[in-house]
Amino acid sequence: MSTEPRNGPDALLVVDGLRKTYPLPGRGRLTAADDVSFSVAPGGSLGIVGESGSGKTTVARMLVGLVRPDAGTVTVDGRPRSPRPPRRRQARLARAREVQMVFQDPYISLDPRLTAAQCLRTTLRLHGRDEATAVRLLERVGLGEREADARPRQLSGGQRQRLAIARALAVQPRVLVLDEAVAALDVSIQAQILQLLDTIRRDTGVALVFVSHDLAVVQHVTDDVLVMHRGSVVEQGPTQRVLAEPAHDYTRLLLAAVPREGWDPEGAVPARA
Amino acid sequence: MLLTLDHLTVRLPGTARPVLDDVTLRVAAGEVVGLVGESGSGKSTTAKAALGLLPGTATASGTVRVDDADVLALTGEELRRHRARTVAMIHQDPRAALNPVRRIGDFLRERGADRDRAAQLLGAVGLSDPERRLRQRPHELSGGMLQRVVIAGALAARPRLLLADEATSALDVTTQAEILALLRTLRAEQGAGLLFITHDLHLAAAYCDRVYVMYAGRIVEERTAQAFFAAPAHPYTRGLLDCSPTLGDTSRPLLPIPGRPPSLGDAFPGCPFASRCPDAEPACETWRPEAAELPDGGVAACRRAPAAVPTATERNLS
Amino acid sequence: MTALTLAPVRVPDRRPVGVTVAAAVLLLVVLAALLAPWLAPYAPDAIDLSASLAGTSGDHLLGTDSSGQDLLSRVLHGARSSLVAPVLLLAVAALLGVTLGVLAAWRGGWTDALVSRLTDVMYAFPGLLFTVLIIAVFGTGTTTSVLALGLAYTPTVAKYTRSLALAESRKPYVDAYRIQGMGGARICALHLVPNLGRAVVGYLVVLFGEALMSLATLSYLGFGAQPPSSDWGLMVQEGQAAVVQGALLPALVPGTAIALVVVSFNVVGVWAADRLGRQA
Repeated sequence: MSTEPRNGPDALLVVDGLRKTYPLPGRGRLTAADDVSFSVAPGGSLGIVGESGSGKTTVARMLVGLVRPDAGTVTVDGRPRSPRPPRRRQARLARAREVQMVFQDPYISLDPRLTAAQCLRTTLRLHGRDEATAVRLLERVGLGEREADARPRQLSGGQRQRLAIARALAVQPRVLVLDEAVAALDVSIQAQILQLLDTIRRDTGVALVFVSHDLAVVQHVTDDVLVMHRGSVVEQGPTQRVLAEPAHDYTRLLLAAVPREGWDPEGAVPARA
Repeated sequence: MLLTLDHLTVRLPGTARPVLDDVTLRVAAGEVVGLVGESGSGKSTTAKAALGLLPGTATASGTVRVDDADVLALTGEELRRHRARTVAMIHQDPRAALNPVRRIGDFLRERGADRDRAAQLLGAVGLSDPERRLRQRPHELSGGMLQRVVIAGALAARPRLLLADEATSALDVTTQAEILALLRTLRAEQGAGLLFITHDLHLAAAYCDRVYVMYAGRIVEERTAQAFFAAPAHPYTRGLLDCSPTLGDTSRPLLPIPGRPPSLGDAFPGCPFASRCPDAEPACETWRPEAAELPDGGVAACRRAPAAVPTATERNLS
Repeated sequence: MTALTLAPVRVPDRRPVGVTVAAAVLLLVVLAALLAPWLAPYAPDAIDLSASLAGTSGDHLLGTDSSGQDLLSRVLHGARSSLVAPVLLLAVAALLGVTLGVLAAWRGGWTDALVSRLTDVMYAFPGLLFTVLIIAVFGTGTTTSVLALGLAYTPTVAKYTRSLALAESRKPYVDAYRIQGMGGARICALHLVPNLGRAVVGYLVVLFGEALMSLATLSYLGFGAQPPSSDWGLMVQEGQAAVVQGALLPALVPGTAIALVVVSFNVVGVWAADRLGRQA
């Protein structure tokens, strides 16, 4: 197991020693994430898996700058990201173009007042891009004219998530962080979104950081994977290797708990020591 | 037969199609029956029908029997007893079933367990220090622990039929495995039937004896768990399996089903899946689905079944 | 995966009879206020001492007060100021309250502590006392009492807005704006506040009845509208003396008008706020 970032010359996103703790009521601090390091190549795809409380969402939020790390750095294209939003508008926008995010719940991650087209135009205007691009972006994620004038509540879960992806792409980010982005979707829709993300990755060279509790999904869409447990990275490496020959007990436990043909839930229980 | 739904059709005002359309389903005592499908397919309504909990504005035809009671005809005290004693429901969100200001002990006593049995049940569902738990309130416990409490509550009444509606979907996989192992033991001990509703095909196939697949309010396929995976007969079932990521199977690309699951506003003159179906023929657009017996005893509601059913080997080759 | 398998079924919302009646009353009052010059049989300030404290009659449908002014005409004209003043008052309270509330929720930290302590102090201080204090400094009159009460209502609105804004600002769509590099002021002004609009307006509608009552109370106490205004609160105060002389109408007519409007507004307001809240 290696916790060192593979700091190749080709790395686009380099995360080094990220750490975040929260004060607990009374004394002491909760370590939400500790010494998290990894790197992602341009157009690469990294999965972060773990159960609730593993710290995977905290890491995602530190990547986009919603949570300020206690320690550690996030570097995109060789430029370290400032831990807090810069005061200057241009610096803020430049920082936004480094990393964008798609959230889990498409029902609350879109502004309820704006139609799909307005949502994209707001973002395009903010970044000084041509607002006419909105139509092309919608098309890119498989939304048509009818959806362009619809507000989020008139869209289905899958359509909302497509819009959320289009909104992230409107910024032309180098890295896209997906926090359980397909967890709330029906399986048939989930597969559509995964396929869309794969196409976008190949066409634009955007790197994906795929945060998920679903090992099967992560196996399908990522090259490398990070397994987190209680704030720490217990195992990381190429996805196929980690899932086929897990080195850490916790990874094995997670894998044993995934239902499949001939699976016995009992089998996953005693393993939990 | 413990639970029998016969040609149950449920309509709600203001919808283009029935919520449940000619649903026939059986659960025997001691059996685990899976019910899978996507949003709006009618899974939860099926469970509610078994509880006699259809919305007041709904109109229903067909029958729902639990043991020998005609559930849709039950009223007053009988209906209350049916919901409290005969059938127990476990939802996805345990907090919905628990009153936040009442203690865990009160919750179990309401369901007919005295103090000793309540503590014994909490122990049986794997909660440590049951005596202390009885005095705790829901906010003091985690989601997984609360789901155990709800299951203990469901078992307190010694129900004949357990309905689990996405009961483990919100839980971590390791917690899910524990809860499932628990439900299986308790079912074996009490001989109850379990209707297990889930969106997770792999879970349904791994955990259930038989599986029903629902689409647009209809049962499209009913198979034993093995046959469900090895030789799915309905194109929708095949589509679902082909688009579900499977652990360990990395060579196969995910094949999404085009379009979206139908809402209650979509009506269909013929087979509801025809517009998304790769095998559809023009005649499917007008064919009213009816269940066709398969050679292995399963049932599929496809115009082209059983003729179009590929064998397991054909599937693996394709 | 959500367990949502049933699309929300639109159950036709049946409006309770009480709400219909209350809405009709409000409509009539608004019409009366608009059409007062044409509806009123007399000028509101036409004094006719010979008709002092007349009961109901063909000449004076609702009788007269001690100066012989026609009560119907006065109450119709009074509807104007009695309805407009609370709107202005609430506009002041909304402007200040929403700004403070959103600021507190967004900035958090010491800004939030400051705003919250300030509203707490104002809460502890009786609103009427606070208003009277301001009036004592700046003098009596409708404008002063509207501004003073507007200030007095600010903490309530601020507190309510703060809790709404706090919940709203935690929604991922707000995070998305942040991640896009949008500045805090712009997010609040262009996206957060408009999304709170519905709920805040619903709250203000519920407050309207109370605001009208407070203004009437000030006028009644002599701090608000001054004679010869036909403000309802002032009319009640003026009619009070007549009660001793056995004439109930001069106090009863404006009093009933106040009660009718306040109750109607509460009935409609609660119903509307309920619906606005549900759709939000």
